[in-house]
Amino acid sequence: MNPLLEIVDLAVSFRTSNGLIRAVDGVSFSIAEREILGIVGESGSGKSLTVLAILDLIGDPNAVVTGSIRFRGIELIGQKPETLRRLRGGAIAMIFQDPMTALTPVFTIGAQISEQIRIHTDLSRHAAQARAVELLDAVGLPDPHRAAARYPQELSGGQRQRAVIAMALSCNPALLLADEPTTALDVTVQAQILELIRKLRDDFNSAVILITHNLGVVAETADRVAVMYSGRIVETADTGALFADPHHPYTWGLLGSMPALDGIRRPRLTTIPGLPPALDRRPQGCAFSPRCGFVRPECLPAPPCLTGTMHQAACVIADHERAAARNQVLAA
Amino acid sequence: MSEVSATERDIAPPAPGYWAMAGRKLLRDRAAMISLAVLVIIALLCAAAPWYAAHIAHTNPFRSNLSGTVMRHGKPVEVLGAANNPLHLGIEPIGPSWRLGPYMLGADQQGRDVAARLLYGGGNSLIISFAAAAVCLVLAAITGILAGFFGGWVDRVISWLLDALWAFPVFLLAISLSVVLIAHGIDLGLFRLDASSLALPITIIGVIYVPYVARPVRGLVMGLRQSDYVLAAIGIGAPAWRILWFDILPNVISALVVFAPLIIALDLLTEAALSFLSIGVQPPAASWGTIIHDGESLIYTRPMVAIAPGLAIVITVLALNILGDGLRDALDPRAKLRN
Amino acid sequence: MASTIIRRLVHMVAVLFGISVLVFLIFFATPGANPAERIAGKNASPQTVARVERQFGLNRPLPIQYALMMKKIFITRNLTSYVNLGEKVVPQVFKAAPITLSLVAGAAIIWIVVAIAIGAVAAAFRNSWIDRLLMVLSLIGISMPVFWVGTMANLFTQGIWHHTWLFSWVPPLGYVDFSKSPVLWFKSLLIPWITLAILYIGLYARVLRAALIETMQEDFIRTARAKGLSERQVLLRHALRCSLVSVVTLFGLDFGVLVGGGALLTEVVFGLQGVGYLTYQALETLDLPMIMATVIYASVFVVVSNAVVDIVYAAFDPRMRLRR
Repeated sequence: MNPLLEIVDLAVSFRTSNGLIRAVDGVSFSIAEREILGIVGESGSGKSLTVLAILDLIGDPNAVVTGSIRFRGIELIGQKPETLRRLRGGAIAMIFQDPMTALTPVFTIGAQISEQIRIHTDLSRHAAQARAVELLDAVGLPDPHRAAARYPQELSGGQRQRAVIAMALSCNPALLLADEPTTALDVTVQAQILELIRKLRDDFNSAVILITHNLGVVAETADRVAVMYSGRIVETADTGALFADPHHPYTWGLLGSMPALDGIRRPRLTTIPGLPPALDRRPQGCAFSPRCGFVRPECLPAPPCLTGTMHQAACVIADHERAAARNQVLAA
Repeated sequence: MSEVSATERDIAPPAPGYWAMAGRKLLRDRAAMISLAVLVIIALLCAAAPWYAAHIAHTNPFRSNLSGTVMRHGKPVEVLGAANNPLHLGIEPIGPSWRLGPYMLGADQQGRDVAARLLYGGGNSLIISFAAAAVCLVLAAITGILAGFFGGWVDRVISWLLDALWAFPVFLLAISLSVVLIAHGIDLGLFRLDASSLALPITIIGVIYVPYVARPVRGLVMGLRQSDYVLAAIGIGAPAWRILWFDILPNVISALVVFAPLIIALDLLTEAALSFLSIGVQPPAASWGTIIHDGESLIYTRPMVAIAPGLAIVITVLALNILGDGLRDALDPRAKLRN
Repeated sequence: MASTIIRRLVHMVAVLFGISVLVFLIFFATPGANPAERIAGKNASPQTVARVERQFGLNRPLPIQYALMMKKIFITRNLTSYVNLGEKVVPQVFKAAPITLSLVAGAAIIWIVVAIAIGAVAAAFRNSWIDRLLMVLSLIGISMPVFWVGTMANLFTQGIWHHTWLFSWVPPLGYVDFSKSPVLWFKSLLIPWITLAILYIGLYARVLRAALIETMQEDFIRTARAKGLSERQVLLRHALRCSLVSVVTLFGLDFGVLVGGGALLTEVVFGLQGVGYLTYQALETLDLPMIMATVIYASVFVVVSNAVVDIVYAAFDPRMRLRR
């Protein structure tokens, strides 16, 4: 089966006074219809840029995007603006991190949703408005008629994020890009929003790329996970496999720093020493090597490639050594 | 609104090298540098007015010359000749010669050399606008810092005064004050200003724009007062003067530097308007505004009398505005004068 | 909402009271400025000055003088001129007001439309040569004294080029009442409108461009793009609507000031006998009651338009409603 979206060797660079700086460096992945892919990484790892690049929404005149992004077989990089515009909000919709600022403050919720509907369909104003109310109901906003007539700042953060999701779903997108949709919300609301996103696949048949820095969010929601570090994917696997047998030391670090919500409480959380490298001071070899406890000479000349078939990782640690090394980090 | 724009600034003390960096940025700003050069040239020309009158125009531009003659194309011509209408009714001043020399830009209705008056008038216009801006900025800094730093009743009184002054239409305030004061000057015992003194328009124009600057300064200082680094300084027991001197003042000065050219431009335009209404600079002294006033009655016969000072104002104010934009970009991209 | 309006009204009355006291003090209590000497004329004998003082009530205590003045302006409306004795001042102001309103309203329409167009185009093509050209033109507009622009307009439309096809339609200076001839009313005001509008076009275009560029950095603009709106729709619908707030604020204040007599210089240059022209005449003759009346009239307009701006602002920008 052809993937819904296939990204090959994507790079996003910025022209600066110190030359070209690569923020995303050789990212490849694909996503099938109705699949939920989680992309995990710290801020600055390039995960947001990767997703913004899909719809050419980076919006910085100094950004240079290279590689290949194919959606249903159509190449999106270098595509005509008009074609991209039709995809945006139609077949590919996006949800942003901060619902407080993501909606235009001078239009009502209903007007903003029906605006999007009317761009992509030929529904009348009235029908679009009615559809907006339906959508608000579908995402679980109480009293959707009143909510549609309200301005964004009259709703709570969680309600607003629901409205944003309703807007994203308004044209039955085949692919939903969710950029940290729960980060700005209260913990209790986070769970509800994640539940909602999981349900989308069943109700709307959407595939989802879920960006987060929180492995817990991914564990609950995603079918497959990609871990990004300093502009590259360092590990990717099915969610179950990744949590059962994480391959990359960075993933171990992420897992170790996560408080367990269920299961055995660890005596203390581990931290990853140091900070991610600045984009213009990335080491020649593996970007994680300065913070890694298992560095070897072969890590340093060039970054290791992703190896493996279903479960890929960019690390030189061999299969038989892995368990012992991991226990050093996680069991500490 | 002013409070919002000021407190939204990234609040931090100017880092070491802040001024040097701003200076380098300004030096790279070609438009701002050209404007600065233009301003310097205009100021030098105006400063050379007495020399120009004595050695090039060979006239006293403050004395009427009703019956004089001047050489044109080898022939003597009356400075105030008969008008060029069928009945030769009235008189018409001599037109521009467009050559360096007497009456380069022609004469006004009293036979005075317009070019020489332009330079003298420019001097007065520049002195008034720069001095008024200095008065305004100093008063605004004092009131704004007092209100913003000490708060409480000091702030309430000052804010009320500023609001009242703000609600008063600026041009009417200027006109009212000028009308009342221009006849007799002002006499407050120690503080005396003669009616014919330039200090009178300087004071009036300086005072009326104080709220324009004091309100943003107050907002800025209030924001700084709440900022973490000032709170920290208070926390470790730094005395008020130290905080004012090292933490508040540098920020205020950087804001004032941005405002300065814009206030000077505003003052220049205000001075011109007041003088045009004959309640600014008083005869026999001149300013660009009074020359336009003189030229208005000659507009259809000798338009150059009104055109020249107007162009001088436009060029000067334009240069000041461009310089102001450049300073704002170099020092503080978020400062706003109005609102 | 009702309590907001009442608070606003009380504040308005308080400010007006303050301004009227200030104006009164400026004219009647400035050290060295003796109104009786003014009226009596230069070199008047002390006896004459004393008689004038009694006749105009200038020898009574200041608060009483102030109260009498206010009563004559607002209640009996029979304040008379010091110069043209017997002439009532308040009706004159009301007769002049429509002329000023015609001038300012027409100019306002021009400057709003043109400034929004310039600001939007400059922001859309930001940092291109179009943007730079428009901003330089705006800056020149701000840098020109309005009375000089008016004088130049007269020079070309009434003088040098009046006999060419370009400006032969321009009627002689002065105001023609709308009821007399709408066409002539329009023709007589078109040049003054443009003259008055130039400054504000420059000002508003710059303010709007800056506001638009700031708004275009907001998160919701990215959302609007992600919805599939074209760049033009994003700018004109989402960004412009949010940025107009800054222009609306400015507009209310400027409009109030101008209707209150701020168009004085334009009126003088074009011989339009509006409120500003009255002030100007009163200045020349030092007619204190007339100046008082026009200044108070102006303050009323400014203060009222301040209040209206606040209320309209709340209606225009839903963001403000919650903050209250």
